[in-house]
Amino acid sequence: MTRTDITGSFAGIDVGGTFTDLVHYDSRAGRVKLAKVPTTLDNQAHGVLAALDAASVDIAALDLIVHGTTTTTNAVLERQLCKTGLITTHGFRDVLELGRRTRPHPYGMSGQFRPLIPRDLRLEVPERMLADGTEYLALDEDALRAALRQLVDAGCEALVIHFLHAYANPAHERRAGEIAAQEWPNGNITMGHALLSESREYERGVTAAVNASVQPLLRRYVERLADRLADRGYASDLLVMNGNGGMVSARIVAEEAAKTVMSGPASGVMAAAYTGRRAGIPDLLTYDMGGTSTDVAMIRGADPAVSHEIEIEYAMPIHVPMVDVRTVGAGGGSIARVNAAGLLQVGPDSAGSTPGPICYGKGGTEPTISDANMLLGRMNPDRLNTGAGGVTLDTIRDAFAARLGAPLGLDAVAAAAAVLQIATAKMADAVRMVSISLGEDPRDFALFAFGGAGPLHACAIARELGVPRVLVPARPGITNALGCIVADLRHDFVQTINRPLDLCDMEEVHVALAAQVAQGTAAVETERVDIAELKVSHSVDMQFIGQTHLLRVPIPDASPTREDLQKLFEEAYFRRFQVALPEIRPALVNVNTSVIGRRPEVDLSLLIDASLRKPTLADAQTSTRDVWFDGWTDTPVYWRDFLPASATLSGPAIVEQMDCTLVMEPGDVATQDQDGNLIVTLGPRP
Amino acid sequence: MTIDPITLTVIQSGLQQVCDEMDLSFSRAAFSPVIAEANDRSDGIYSAEDGSLIAQGSMGLPVFVGTMQFSTRTLIRMIADGRTIAPQPGDIYIVNDPYLGGTHLMDVRFAMPVWRNGEIFCWLSNTGHWPDTGGAVPGGFSASATAVEQEGLRLPPVRLFKKGELDPEIYAIICSNIRVADQRIGDVKAQAAALYVGQARLERLLDRYGDDTVAEAIGELRRRASRQMRAYIAQIPPGTYTSVAYVDSDGVVNEPLEIRLAITADGEKLTFDFSGSSAPCAGPMNSVLATTQSSVYLAMRHIFPDVPISAGAFEPLDIVRPEGTFLDAQYPRPVSGCAAEVSQRIAEAVFAALVGPLPDIVTAAPAGSSGNFALGGEVPEEGRSYVMYQISGGGYGGYAGGDGISNGCSTIGISKSPPVEIMEQQFPVLYHRYALHEGSGGAGTHRGGFGLDYEVEILKGTARASFVMDHGRFGPQGVLGGADGGVNRVTVTRSGQSFVPEHLSKAQDIALSAGDRVHVRTPGGGGYGPPEKRDPALVAEDVRLGRYTAEEAKALFGPR
Repeated sequence: MTRTDITGSFAGIDVGGTFTDLVHYDSRAGRVKLAKVPTTLDNQAHGVLAALDAASVDIAALDLIVHGTTTTTNAVLERQLCKTGLITTHGFRDVLELGRRTRPHPYGMSGQFRPLIPRDLRLEVPERMLADGTEYLALDEDALRAALRQLVDAGCEALVIHFLHAYANPAHERRAGEIAAQEWPNGNITMGHALLSESREYERGVTAAVNASVQPLLRRYVERLADRLADRGYASDLLVMNGNGGMVSARIVAEEAAKTVMSGPASGVMAAAYTGRRAGIPDLLTYDMGGTSTDVAMIRGADPAVSHEIEIEYAMPIHVPMVDVRTVGAGGGSIARVNAAGLLQVGPDSAGSTPGPICYGKGGTEPTISDANMLLGRMNPDRLNTGAGGVTLDTIRDAFAARLGAPLGLDAVAAAAAVLQIATAKMADAVRMVSISLGEDPRDFALFAFGGAGPLHACAIARELGVPRVLVPARPGITNALGCIVADLRHDFVQTINRPLDLCDMEEVHVALAAQVAQGTAAVETERVDIAELKVSHSVDMQFIGQTHLLRVPIPDASPTREDLQKLFEEAYFRRFQVALPEIRPALVNVNTSVIGRRPEVDLSLLIDASLRKPTLADAQTSTRDVWFDGWTDTPVYWRDFLPASATLSGPAIVEQMDCTLVMEPGDVATQDQDGNLIVTLGPRP
Repeated sequence: MTIDPITLTVIQSGLQQVCDEMDLSFSRAAFSPVIAEANDRSDGIYSAEDGSLIAQGSMGLPVFVGTMQFSTRTLIRMIADGRTIAPQPGDIYIVNDPYLGGTHLMDVRFAMPVWRNGEIFCWLSNTGHWPDTGGAVPGGFSASATAVEQEGLRLPPVRLFKKGELDPEIYAIICSNIRVADQRIGDVKAQAAALYVGQARLERLLDRYGDDTVAEAIGELRRRASRQMRAYIAQIPPGTYTSVAYVDSDGVVNEPLEIRLAITADGEKLTFDFSGSSAPCAGPMNSVLATTQSSVYLAMRHIFPDVPISAGAFEPLDIVRPEGTFLDAQYPRPVSGCAAEVSQRIAEAVFAALVGPLPDIVTAAPAGSSGNFALGGEVPEEGRSYVMYQISGGGYGGYAGGDGISNGCSTIGISKSPPVEIMEQQFPVLYHRYALHEGSGGAGTHRGGFGLDYEVEILKGTARASFVMDHGRFGPQGVLGGADGGVNRVTVTRSGQSFVPEHLSKAQDIALSAGDRVHVRTPGGGGYGPPEKRDPALVAEDVRLGRYTAEEAKALFGPR
């Protein structure tokens, strides 16, 4: 597949918890500019503009800005939500509070749960549909009007209308929506079926409640940002990243605001898929390790796995298509302790970002993974803040000796090495669980390392997993922002069929798939963005009758025969579970279509300024330092930007760059490809 | 000791990973929603010598904490005694006999040796809750059974798989004795496949670290888990702590059953003495010894969640065999209520005894019922019959850190309850309400959570309703001055007449027809601390949100 290269001036800006990152790609100048500025939590727009200014971007000359924002993520996790009211079926207002009957932790009977909408703002009206979509009780419109007035008087800014079985027959929700449109003071109205037309009242209700309660916030935020950009002369459409890894116009993004929750991690995975495809490594496990969390995702054939059933915290399901990113650990801030059994444990407690690890010099006193990296020379000790109130290596050494070394009978360095060994084993297990839960053997993938701490650990984890290669992109620390530059337009559709395969009307299946294609194509065309190619893919969700889990099976086109589906499902099932069940009939549950507007090619080789490259590897070496690899080893340290274009490096080696450090262990060999990625082939386990 | 502490930790997590992968594999491939959705299953590794628990999957249902070591231990002993045929490589045993270290008949166990150099290195075993194993009522929860034969098919340990192949003769016998047999093959294959996954993973671990090192690590981990549990127990001042918990009735004789517990702490270990508890009962509320022991283990793990699930951690917990009581049921006493209900009452007794010495950790009593409601019905005009199960949660107890959550799941489970929309899709019923059980939270400085209030109508045909719940007579206990939570209330409306079943929340085969209704209000959690010390703003908030009426609040928390 060849594509024309993209032309123009594009900015991708990702707002993370700590930093706002920018990638500015200017095809005419043949240049990429990067910036990293502190995130401004009160109004993220300040940070966005600061990032553009830090890179001296001419805002008026930009052709496109794509923005990844954590506005909605933070609002949900911190419960900084708009006052939202719910109108629901008589008898069911407590569904959002009752949940699906679990508890916060498998062991321990304590813990709290707070519903998104408090009980006094959850009102009921007489109406009822049955499961087959027939009306059992008509909608009481007078009661509805009274409920609307009550919620307006209570000061609600957003509204959810959520009726039982509306996925089967949305007539009551639609009628209620029409009436609400007259009575409600603004456009912040979410109907349960509109966002998610699937059964399960709790999941659909929470998804709608999340949408409504962040909608005004997101609307205000993108409007304010668009205004600020317009003031600076920006004339094009502002696009916002969605959690499915596609982007959508700021003009309409708030309608489905719930889809932007988790957009940051999704955009990093999109960048990984893009980078991997160009590098000829389309099957990847992404390993994104930062200071406070570690995320893992799977990419097959350059397509990230997508899930419709993500739970962003306890009992908080958001059932819209999102890139399936799993948080598996606490990141570099994970605290190491010796437990009452005298065993060394790493995590699950984290020092977080405040006070953070000891090496941050912000008052942390407990040894963490980051501190172990510092003590063992894997991270550059020159970066320690040793000034007033800061810490020295001795501070860290003392903490390891006293808190871990003494109870274990080890010296500080051996204790730090043990922390890394255990952290590596634990992280490898977590990556493995993600992989097998998605039905794949991790050894068939390469590990894509990003985030501030990903490349520090990726080689060790890959070796532990039996993964043969690690791909370290040119700019691991700004991967999410790069995702904004390379993202495609994307629209996903799910249609429920839910019938035994032998009883399905295949004509109906074909019609459903064709309708999804038409809808997606029309949606892409309305967006004012150049695309190089329209890509349509189909899949079906199937199961053996009697099962509850679904298996997603890709299908080649929109007109499969019954026999095709039977065969593809049986093959997929056997591959996944190594079990054949000729005794049992399969059912076709959903048919799905993704319509993707692929954008013209972005030349990633521009991510590293070629003029900085040195002629030889020796010239790229900035120093040597002692690094612990089963013993202190005099290890060369390279500066990433200095590496010659087709460099080959042998471990042990340290490669440093602005915001990230790669550790290659003895036996590892890395080659740099045309895009500036380092592809590390792992040596044998020592 | 020669093994270093780092290798120990790595092997410990390696063993844990083996079990977690078995859990995952089992759930993903299983057919029964009870296993696939509700995760009513568990997987573990057991020692070759005596079946003691080496490691258990972290995603298993809490009720299975430690249970399979009893069945594996019995199996090993029966093989040694020649009462069961010894295994060949590739053989997998099936067993569900409650009296051979089990729970109820529906929990079907598979056990398979892991062979190294022609010898058994250890055993892998798993349990899955089958939707049916025959017996008087679909699903096996007969509220009025008086002998185990009425509860279903009882399997001694037999080799269902021989040299890796399913024995079609044994399987045919099983299928002829259970309902919906045609789908069971999917669960059987999934249950066996999980063991194979565990075997492959364990062999890789053994190849990497060496059999001797792993064996040594297992021994050392056991000693250390014991040390860890003793360190936690040391927080409990020496002394004897007593409690009493009640099961409403056994479903046959309408008298409460009493669990009397005395826990003696000596700074190192805890002794659990249930003597003085009620005699074995006529109905299915007997508990077999393995379930009684597991119930103590799971309660202790709720109190100290960091302790690994392993035989070592259980060593400092000395459970005196409660001979002659309903907590040590012998053949042929019916036992279907033991895993779902009696186990939770045993846990409640443990909580109630230890909240005094551990007031910062232990909560007041949770609702503590699985809320089993089964409806078996027919719609003659559509030629269809069905069996519907509703499980439900209740309020949790208040605790030092706050109020109990509402509609928490059973103490022994971690399963999601089914959505109303799915129930109405699958069965000819209509839910009129699915709401908070108002007023049910036990009053306290930190009040209990609220139960669930649902009412369901039969839309077509006829049906028979059965209930196995509890806490209908006495609410979940309040502690340290807190009040008990609201009781479980079941009301049946038949032909316009409402009545409460004789055994309150236990009944079998109540005949219903279209238009009849079942109304269930599950228990609220117990309160923690004196109600009059509750922050008045919180009382006012509860009234404002309609959780209590103003009158209730005044009566429960005192005038303000």
